[in-house]
Amino acid sequence: MAPNDTAASPNIAPGVTTPDGRTIGDEILNVEDVSLAFGGVKALSNVSFNVFEGEVRAIIGPNGAGKSSMLNCINGFYKPTEGTITFKGQSHAAMETYEAANQGIARTFQNIALFRGMTTLDNIMTGRNLQMKTNFIMQALYYGPAVKEELENREVVERVIDFLEIESIRKTVVGRLPYGLQKRVELARALASEPDMLLLDEPMAGMNHEEKEDMCRYILDVNDEFGTTIVLIEHDMSVVMDISDRVVVLDYGQKIADGTPDEVRGNQRVIDAYLGVQHD
Amino acid sequence: MFYREAGQFKSSYQADQAIFPIVQDRWFMALVIAVAFVFIPFFADEYWHQAVIIPFLIMSLAAIGLNILTGYAGLVSLGTGAFMAVGGYATYKISTAFPELNIIIVFFLAGGITAAVGMVFGAPSLRIKGFYLAVATLAAQFFILWCFNKVEWFFNYSPSGTITAPPREVFGILISGPEAEPLARYYTCLIFLCVFALAAKNMVRGHVGRSWMAIRDMDIAAEIIGIRPLQTKLSAFGISSFYCGIAGALYVFCWLGSVETEAFDILNVSFPVLFMVIIGGLGSILGSILGAAFVTLLPIFLTNAPPMVGLVIAADLAKHVEEIIFGLLIMFFLIVEPHGLNRLWQIAKEKIRQWPFPY
Repeated sequence: MAPNDTAASPNIAPGVTTPDGRTIGDEILNVEDVSLAFGGVKALSNVSFNVFEGEVRAIIGPNGAGKSSMLNCINGFYKPTEGTITFKGQSHAAMETYEAANQGIARTFQNIALFRGMTTLDNIMTGRNLQMKTNFIMQALYYGPAVKEELENREVVERVIDFLEIESIRKTVVGRLPYGLQKRVELARALASEPDMLLLDEPMAGMNHEEKEDMCRYILDVNDEFGTTIVLIEHDMSVVMDISDRVVVLDYGQKIADGTPDEVRGNQRVIDAYLGVQHD
Repeated sequence: MFYREAGQFKSSYQADQAIFPIVQDRWFMALVIAVAFVFIPFFADEYWHQAVIIPFLIMSLAAIGLNILTGYAGLVSLGTGAFMAVGGYATYKISTAFPELNIIIVFFLAGGITAAVGMVFGAPSLRIKGFYLAVATLAAQFFILWCFNKVEWFFNYSPSGTITAPPREVFGILISGPEAEPLARYYTCLIFLCVFALAAKNMVRGHVGRSWMAIRDMDIAAEIIGIRPLQTKLSAFGISSFYCGIAGALYVFCWLGSVETEAFDILNVSFPVLFMVIIGGLGSILGSILGAAFVTLLPIFLTNAPPMVGLVIAADLAKHVEEIIFGLLIMFFLIVEPHGLNRLWQIAKEKIRQWPFPY
């Protein structure tokens, strides 16, 4: 396996400034030779790619190509059978799921994974849980440090709420919200932890055109304002080609292309596997 | 018209996060507490204290404990009776071993012991959920009660196998033992309930409670956010058992006075407390208290209602009819409002808010 195919994309590299004025940082995530097998089924075989700080990286591929499995490996939900994943210089071969959040990885899910019985505010507050350290006795007494901590974190959460324009549903139980808003609340929950890297699993699935545009704008704003690195899976090709700096293409668990949207678009294997499929 | 939040603006997050953000709610709550502390002692006689109010207060505390575990953390437990028994027996053992120790401190120590026992029996919850966990806690129920029956050390080798609450004083007032005034016992239970209900409310509105609810609603997503499932579930078991332990201690010391393990039987305690939680509303502190009121007060009402309207029924028949009606009411209630009394209360508040122009 070649050490790094990404060298083939000269446009995006550490220190480069993108046309829209963002500066790409150093490598934040390196996935090397990752394989994942469930019994006899190989979900991923020898996939390698990297992500630079501050870029928007897309993972695309037909259904069952292993995209979600890839994200699950990155945030420790699945343990890769082979290969290493290095995040911020730290390799995490066998990591517990909750540790990923500690390191600064947040994610959203393909099927919304909100806490349905809780209000929007409480849902987003759970995103701050790692930053809240007071023990339950202080909580029970609700004095001094516990109150202070609660209010400080509430302020962070309110900034996120303001950023994503969901002030009006603050006190609504999320189970009652429409789908598009639930997706936005989920993004808010992920953002509340102030992650270094945000994994988005099909953030625009099931949305209409306007909602997709809104979501794209939020994703780009997050990237722009907080400098958050974004790795996203998306099926809508126009969205992917528009907002991502580089694209990895998976098919049957293997990487078949990696590069800027233009390079990927022109790649014959990608066209065969995915883009060139004629719809009837 | 009278109950609405219009015009009540909050200028700080602290005000917004208050337990009762609406002024009228605060007044109502103050009224309820005033009635409980001032008026009820005036009007209640010994029968009311012993048969109605004290068991209601103690069961409310146990129901809050179980609601933390089942309602907030989503872990079903049938071991409430056993955990209460641990609290009761631990208080008895400590109190007889160190008679000088203040009984309130003994209650807290017993709660701590119960918390530890609860965490041991809660450990399987990391692997199993739902009905399977309920069966695992059933093991705790049977094992612990068997233990208290068989090992004579637990009841100080008394020939009858029962434990009897020794007389103990707080600030010179007897609160346990046969000589204790019902009023003293009533105030003890009431203060415990108020303090612990407030503490529970504080916990569930803070990050501890949010991590419980996160684990309950979607454990995988919670873990990916960084909530540790083991610590969260064990803390729920520990705190819930602490509440049950205190309730068990009050059960023995401030209510029954003399018990054997049968008093903590699954049919006497575990199931009724679970019913209280379900009827009151899962995931609600107020609901626990309402549920406890429903389950402890309704049978008494059913017993007393026929004579009041001049109907005379033979005692054994009355008892059976009462149980049938009680069962039917629970079923009717769960079909009509599966989310419990707490939801009914919220719907009522919503209605009052819009009254008299509901459009």
